[in-house]
Amino acid sequence: MSRPLLRIASLSLADKRGKVLLDKLSLSIARGEIYALVGESGSGKTLTSLATMGLLPSGICIRGGEVYLDETALLSCTEAQMCEIRGKRIAMIFQEPMSALNPVMSIGEQIAEAIRLHMRLDRSEAKRRTVALLKEVGIDDATQRYGWYPHQFSGGQKQRVVIAMALACDPEVIIADEPTTALDVTVQAQILELLRESCRKRKTAMLFITHDLAVAASVSDRIGVLQKGVLVEEAQTRRFFAAAKHPYSRKLLDAVMPQKNALSLTDETPLLRIERLSVRFAIRKGVLRRAVGYVEAVRDVNMSIARGETLALVGESGSGKSTLAKAILGLVEADTGAIYYKEKRIDGLCAKDFLPYRRKIQMIFQDPYAALNPRMRIDEIVGEGMRNFGLAAPGSKAERERLVALMRRVELDESFLERYPHALSGGQRQRIVIARALATEPEIIVCDEPTSALDVRVRAEILTLLARIQRETGVAYLFITHDLSIVPQIAHRVAVMYRGEIVSYGRPDEVMRDPEEPYTKKLMAAAPRLPRIRKEEL
Amino acid sequence: MSLHPLYSDMLLWTMAAIVSFRWWRTRKDPRARRMWRRIFADRGAMVAAVLLGFYLAIAMVDSIRFERADGARIESLLDMAMRHRTVSSERTYSAPFATHEFVKSLVTEGNGTVAQRYLPLKEVHTDRWYADGWHVAFVVFASMFALTLLHRRLRKDDDTADRLPWGSAYAAFVLAGGTLVWLYVMSFSYHVLGTDKVGVDLFYVTLKSIRTGVLIGTLTTLVTLPLALVLGIAAGYFRGWIDDAVQYLYTVLSSIPGVLLIAAGVLTMQVMLETHADLFATSLERADVRLLFLIVILGVTSWTGLCRILRAETLRLSQSDFVTAAKTLGSSHTFIMFKHILPNLRHLILISVVLDFSGLVLAEAVLSYVGVGVDPTTYSWGNMINQARLEMARDPMVWWSLFAAFVFMFFLVLAANMLSDRVQYVLDPRNEA
Repeated sequence: MSRPLLRIASLSLADKRGKVLLDKLSLSIARGEIYALVGESGSGKTLTSLATMGLLPSGICIRGGEVYLDETALLSCTEAQMCEIRGKRIAMIFQEPMSALNPVMSIGEQIAEAIRLHMRLDRSEAKRRTVALLKEVGIDDATQRYGWYPHQFSGGQKQRVVIAMALACDPEVIIADEPTTALDVTVQAQILELLRESCRKRKTAMLFITHDLAVAASVSDRIGVLQKGVLVEEAQTRRFFAAAKHPYSRKLLDAVMPQKNALSLTDETPLLRIERLSVRFAIRKGVLRRAVGYVEAVRDVNMSIARGETLALVGESGSGKSTLAKAILGLVEADTGAIYYKEKRIDGLCAKDFLPYRRKIQMIFQDPYAALNPRMRIDEIVGEGMRNFGLAAPGSKAERERLVALMRRVELDESFLERYPHALSGGQRQRIVIARALATEPEIIVCDEPTSALDVRVRAEILTLLARIQRETGVAYLFITHDLSIVPQIAHRVAVMYRGEIVSYGRPDEVMRDPEEPYTKKLMAAAPRLPRIRKEEL
Repeated sequence: MSLHPLYSDMLLWTMAAIVSFRWWRTRKDPRARRMWRRIFADRGAMVAAVLLGFYLAIAMVDSIRFERADGARIESLLDMAMRHRTVSSERTYSAPFATHEFVKSLVTEGNGTVAQRYLPLKEVHTDRWYADGWHVAFVVFASMFALTLLHRRLRKDDDTADRLPWGSAYAAFVLAGGTLVWLYVMSFSYHVLGTDKVGVDLFYVTLKSIRTGVLIGTLTTLVTLPLALVLGIAAGYFRGWIDDAVQYLYTVLSSIPGVLLIAAGVLTMQVMLETHADLFATSLERADVRLLFLIVILGVTSWTGLCRILRAETLRLSQSDFVTAAKTLGSSHTFIMFKHILPNLRHLILISVVLDFSGLVLAEAVLSYVGVGVDPTTYSWGNMINQARLEMARDPMVWWSLFAAFVFMFFLVLAANMLSDRVQYVLDPRNEA
């Protein structure tokens, strides 16, 4: 192996109160190598990248160690020296491309500015170089789009621009902090491919920070696992997935390894049936807000869910998944088609007539932080539905018993009932969200990406919990997700949605193994997969 | 002697009761405690709170009113404490701590000649033992200091982690309180802030003005809050035509110059009061109703800013997942607005109430100066400044009338602004540590 380009030598960080955030972290990355740093949130991944860039937030102090870029000791550099290094020798790619770009400056100018600053080129030279860079990262019509503003690009294209910006001055090291987390699966695959290619071609070293093992597997040469500030394991990527040694790494792997267990249903009579459902939104213009056109968010959808079934609804953002869920919950109105609950038509009912069905159809949200009112106590939050449907009188002993039973069902201590949401972790909050949905004894729960905001390990716990609840209560789930890897594990049936239409529908093994429909095929190919390497191969 | 409260007294005490009840209710809530501790962890906020405390105390004392047994006059506790300066008055201008009048008078001497002389003031007594400023200052400041020491011994610091900056509070208490008490004791011997054109003691006038300022600063929010809350939340939550109507209303209202609207309102009311003069037993009551009317008009013209903020925040909140969850749980609109939206707007309301306070105190001064403010017989800083306009043009200049109003108003507004800065800083989620 060639001489390491970026070397972090026993770096230790602590906060003001002396809590150790990073403990003697050592790692090195060679030219042209991609090193994936994997860990849960709070494990110190991002702090490592910030320390390398010399951008540590105030209140965090360096307890020892050094970061070397070739021969330069970065932590000993003055701010002025770091300014020379940042952007020119080390560049960074952020998670959220929108906030990394200045919205009031054209993207070409933004890149050209960095080039002129660091490489001392004149205006026309910088522009020429910028156009070449934009072409390199796969932006068509680069000359024309030089003058475009960030909002004119899609999420994936914006991330390409950010990458072009990072590559602008031929940096020796690129730090990518979760660069694809905000993107759809198909776009993610393209961006990962681009990153890998430009790293190889330019012989750049890359520190790739991610929480997603599958992404790490598809992009990196080596993997380091960070747990609570300690690097617990480091290995070649292939070797890591074949034989991870540390128990924590094994735990992480187990949490994402697909478990093949074919789920089958006993009762096939549909509980909820959707017939040719379409939802469209009017585009209104002018003083009188006349509708000048329509956007069809959901088009001609047929599906059904049986008692105790999990139907996974897969699609990228903007495919109409959430609108479909809202239509089922009676939060948006359907234009044509019908929704039947136990063969009774429930769409188009007025609020009062719909109330009994509200109790039976509940929802679990994506972001457990936004889903709980920060000003309400947990017992009020969980008890809200029970009170509305008169299941238990407020303040009564019966209510308390029900609340305690619900908490037990979601595996939380009853002492949580007296707390406010801010005292809870993300996983605990999601359990509260589940308890709130269960409080009205529903028969269908719409789960809107309930695990995508959670850490890998918590995600596995929540999925197990949901499966257990389904076994015990026979509730049906409409499980909206963009993560294909969990579908076979949880779903009895899967529906792939694309531009408002359901393009394939059926049992997971049928839909996912050998898809014929082109979009499903594309989706399957794009999903990052954990390598299946047998030990004999090594 | 029996209690004889005016309408404004009742409102002020009701409001004080509501605030203390809320405080008593949320006293045990750890989140509220934490919030207030964070606000007062700042020295400036602590000093501001002490200063505001003095002003509020004086305003409250001035709002306990009795009718004398003979029915001759209605006076507040403050009037009783200042009786030595209310019943008697000098003939004309005198400077602070002066012993003689400010202007010469024609005097017929014993021998029949007429001379121009500075006449001695009637109500100044330099011969008393407590007329010596240095002695009084020593006693006053020493006893204030002793009080702080006593409080220091008695107070309990429940946790040592975030201790409040009591030192600053004590310093403010000794300095501001000591000065106030010293002025009060000295007022028995001198006119500490001078007298005005007709010989009224200005220390008394400016103390009486405090109540007017505080009343306008606080009671106006009673008018603005319900309007802004109801309209803002309704517009943001229901959207559609309700939103359009509310937006139309506040756009129209805020595009009319505020002073114009207030002047029109006040002049209309003036005509109304004159045609129904028999409704009021005393001129005091009439002035009080006029003050309340001004408060209502100020409130009606100044709710738009808060309403706009509340509407925008409600729009955001009603899109949030927890409101969607409440809808799927079958909660009613009223329940969602009261339990899910209103508590999440509390910080905005608190910020705007504290921020508006100083603006309203200043607005009163400006309006009275223009002549559309409180009744001319009501003691107020605006009236004092209005009067001082002519005095400043005199030669030699009479400066103390403006000075008295300026100093007392300055510290009230400064304290309110300091506190509101801190409240805003602490309640802004972006500054969360």
